[in-house]
Amino acid sequence: MTSPAQSRDHQVSAETSATSPPANLEHDTPLDKDTVTLGQVVIRLAGDSGDGMQLTGDRFTSETAGLGNDLSTLPDFPAEIRAPAGTLPGVSAFQLHFADHDIMTPGDRPDVLVAMNPAALKANIEALRPGGDLLVNTDEFTSRNLAKVGYDANPLEDGSLEDYRVHPIPLTSMTVEALADFDVSKKEAERAKNMFALGLLCWLYSRPTEGTMAFLRSKFGAKPDILAANIAAFEAGWSFGETTEDFSVRYEVKPAPMGAGVYRNISGNLALSYGLVAAGVQSGLPVFLGSYPITPASDILHELSKHKTFGVTTFQAEDEIAGIGAALGASYGGALGVTTTSGPGIALKSETIGLAVSLELPLIIIDVQRGGPSTGLPTKTEQADLLQAMFGRNGEAPVPIVAPCSPGDCFDAAVEAARIAITYRTPVFLLSDGYLANGSEPWRIPAVDTLPVIDPGFATEPNHGVDTENPEFWPYVRDPETLARPWAVPGTAGLEHRIGGLEKADGSGAISYDPDNHDRMVRLRQAKVDAIARSIPPLQVEDPDGDARVLVIGWGSTYGPIGAACRKLRAAGHSVAQAHLRHLNPMPENTEQVLRDYDRVIVPEMNLGQLALLLRGRFLVDAIGYNRVRGLPFTSDELAETISDVIAHLDTPART
Amino acid sequence: MNPAITPSAFPALDLVPKTDEPQKAKDFKSDQEVRWCPGCGDYAILAAVQGFLPELGLRRENIVFVSGIGCSSRFPYYMNTYGLHSIHGRAPAIATGLAVSRPDLSVWVITGDGDALSIGGNHLIHALRRNVNLKILLFNNRIYGLTKGQYSPTSETGKITKSTPMGSLDYSFNPVSVALGAEATFVARTIDSDRKHLTSVLRAAAAHEGTALVEIYQNCNIFNDHAWEPLKDGDTRDDMLIRLEHGEPIRFGTNGDRVVVRGADGHVGVVAASEVDDSQILSHDAHADDPGLAFALSRLSDPHTLADTPIGVFRDVSRPSYDRMAREQMAAARAAKGEGDLAVLLAGSDTWTVS
Ligand SMILES: Cc1ncc(C[n+]2csc(CCOP(=O)(O)OP(=O)(O)O)c2C)c(N)n1
Ligand code: SF4
Ligand SMILES: [Mg+2]
Repeated sequence: MTSPAQSRDHQVSAETSATSPPANLEHDTPLDKDTVTLGQVVIRLAGDSGDGMQLTGDRFTSETAGLGNDLSTLPDFPAEIRAPAGTLPGVSAFQLHFADHDIMTPGDRPDVLVAMNPAALKANIEALRPGGDLLVNTDEFTSRNLAKVGYDANPLEDGSLEDYRVHPIPLTSMTVEALADFDVSKKEAERAKNMFALGLLCWLYSRPTEGTMAFLRSKFGAKPDILAANIAAFEAGWSFGETTEDFSVRYEVKPAPMGAGVYRNISGNLALSYGLVAAGVQSGLPVFLGSYPITPASDILHELSKHKTFGVTTFQAEDEIAGIGAALGASYGGALGVTTTSGPGIALKSETIGLAVSLELPLIIIDVQRGGPSTGLPTKTEQADLLQAMFGRNGEAPVPIVAPCSPGDCFDAAVEAARIAITYRTPVFLLSDGYLANGSEPWRIPAVDTLPVIDPGFATEPNHGVDTENPEFWPYVRDPETLARPWAVPGTAGLEHRIGGLEKADGSGAISYDPDNHDRMVRLRQAKVDAIARSIPPLQVEDPDGDARVLVIGWGSTYGPIGAACRKLRAAGHSVAQAHLRHLNPMPENTEQVLRDYDRVIVPEMNLGQLALLLRGRFLVDAIGYNRVRGLPFTSDELAETISDVIAHLDTPART
Repeated sequence: MNPAITPSAFPALDLVPKTDEPQKAKDFKSDQEVRWCPGCGDYAILAAVQGFLPELGLRRENIVFVSGIGCSSRFPYYMNTYGLHSIHGRAPAIATGLAVSRPDLSVWVITGDGDALSIGGNHLIHALRRNVNLKILLFNNRIYGLTKGQYSPTSETGKITKSTPMGSLDYSFNPVSVALGAEATFVARTIDSDRKHLTSVLRAAAAHEGTALVEIYQNCNIFNDHAWEPLKDGDTRDDMLIRLEHGEPIRFGTNGDRVVVRGADGHVGVVAASEVDDSQILSHDAHADDPGLAFALSRLSDPHTLADTPIGVFRDVSRPSYDRMAREQMAAARAAKGEGDLAVLLAGSDTWTVS
């Protein structure tokens, strides 16, 4: 998908890997099947948590990426590691949207649903597009399993699925049969059924297979029997597609035109981790991550712990407070301090964020938002921490906020957060969310020499009374342009100084209880954050028709669904404008003007109207919220409907 | 290697740059006016630390004092070094990040009994078990000084304070016992008014690699005056204080007439020297890997009367520090894979090219 930061304007041809069957397949009776070309497909794989659906989805995604399709993925898994087998809470799903053109979301509704058991069918069938393909593992449709999820009759037999093209496949028994001659237990053979399914799907959508073979070899290299069984299961799935009469055609989706470059598929958490490593390299500062595990942020801790060769230190603290404390201590010592967490962790970190505001030290605070309040929905997405990031501290404690808009964009957002933190000596919030964290998309790998260089500009000399006999170092003298204070790290001779969370005298930094000084310092800290607006690009509006009267403005991960909705409306002949905020604090300088240019402003958010509250409060704009907090990304259909409603009523007076 | 770094009597500080300039206590005094109540025990500790630091011969700019919140935590403002006055209870966490990322610094944590053991208890125990290169000075006045006199986790049960007019109900912590239970590698106790003993303990702490916890009995003459008086008063002191010396039999009392022994039931206790044979007197072994005896010694003192209170180094064992091991892992990763290459990292292994 295209993010505002990334444009793919030129038409180009993609290099694709050849689509060939696995080399050692025996083609007994391959039927002569036609290949139908599709523009796009949405597939959802659903099964029990133990069925390996995420892995199957990841593999299919990799093959699809390698083929040059544009794609977007949405894993959807339960909070429980293994809920009881075969139950609704145990269902784990993975949705993939791939296309021969630029797409923006993982798709509203799947065209194809693979249901590995009755629970997966029950939990997902409503989403399947009428007329869509339903592949079911019939082996699991026993009366016991049906009863477990409350099916009175077998849906495969009672006619309730007649809106769909049902493909009943005894996936488990066929896998076991295919592995009869292998030295694996029945249980191990059954476990390979996801590879059978993957093989079938790869055949059905003409995906290459080399990547999966290489992946299996690296995963099971040490266990040759299991490796051979998995490869055989995969091949059996492929051959089944080729020989069964149930599938009369196979499909292909041509590569999507993308801007020239080298691409890879990347998830938000991985891109974010890489952004942090890059920020360290580009600033010359060692990265220090202080963190406490929490879904959906833990993967960043896991990833960064692998990058010691970049001088990255990861510290798994005793709690979130210690995580941010250690990061702030490292920043005080001249490192790039980073802390990663989700909403509940931010609540614990608030006091230390306030200290960082007062100390005016660089610090990156990453909040991978999830459903709240409290423990909420750990594995589901939401964007309800915006106001916590804005205001969740005692006193006037302004903190800049940036938010990525797609998985790949998490990289740029991390580098930008570091730029602001280091340049302005301030903690910075980066608000990602569960959808961005786990979702993935093709990412054009940036050339390192195109990344911004960030100068930490450490203080090395006294800065007060420099013409006198006793020049001194004053830790709160400000740069006239940025209002940033000097960053003098321990070890620098002559700059010894003491700072803390008590109010400081403007300039000298000595403890001060003076009323006017406090008022001045509160305003200075605010002015410093406000001044960041001068360093960020203006808010861009996408309004291809140029005559839109309705603006849809969002932030964070709603970018894709909003963009897809706007495209749908434009295709239907409506004019609509889209803008998306990367910087939520401060906002770009032209934000107010952009809002005033439109008759109506719609703000879709996965919360109860937090950005809308900010826009109304700051700009007195009658922002119309569209708010749902279902733990899932918006569908483009629901947004398109909402927007077209507003367009239809443009000439009735606005709410007053 | 920085030429200023030379091996010294303090091997734990080998990575911290030294100075050739002779230093004096006054070099460590900042220009800030000291604002503790007149008579507060904190003054004596400040003077002892300022008097001791020149011994280390470290460059002033490579010394950092990090504190939490409390009267005691104002300490860094008075030191002419780098200083960070942070938030209540969190100093060990903040100092951990600093010490782990900066091997060239000597990092000291200043904390109070409330700061370290109440709000910051979690950070304290984890810093101790990790063995990060921190020297933690815990000023124990058995009261919340800065908030004007509420009882603290070290206050004796039944303590009458503003928040406990009928007496506190909590059982108290013994900081040395807590630290030993938390896998601390260095644990010591000393007293604000005993400059010589305080200095000797600071010296031992500075020489230790890893986290050192030094509990300092400190008098708050405003809200809890005389809290440690029996241990200071010339009339009672010698009968109450057990001065631990590594390798020495544990003997105290006016004429050395009281000794520490392990009874037949395994219990460690105090008896009259006349009751036992010299060979039965326990010898103090601060380097023992098993913290059992150190713990038993920490339990001797009576929290109300302060009878049989040991001071000195309870435990001083050698284990590699967290920060050293973290650096070694990083060095090993670099030795195996070389310096990280950003372009290689970003590209990964699964790419495709669009031209
Ligand atoms: C989060 C927070 N809670 C409470 C306080 C109020 N407070 C400041 S110091 C203190 C207790 C200090 O006691 P102690 O650590 O024993 O230090 P002392 O003043 O006795 O040296 C408290 C409760 C605070 N500053 N911050
Ligand atoms: S209140 Fe007590 S601890 Fe605080 S400065 Fe005064 S005497 Fe010292
Ligand atoms: Mg106290």
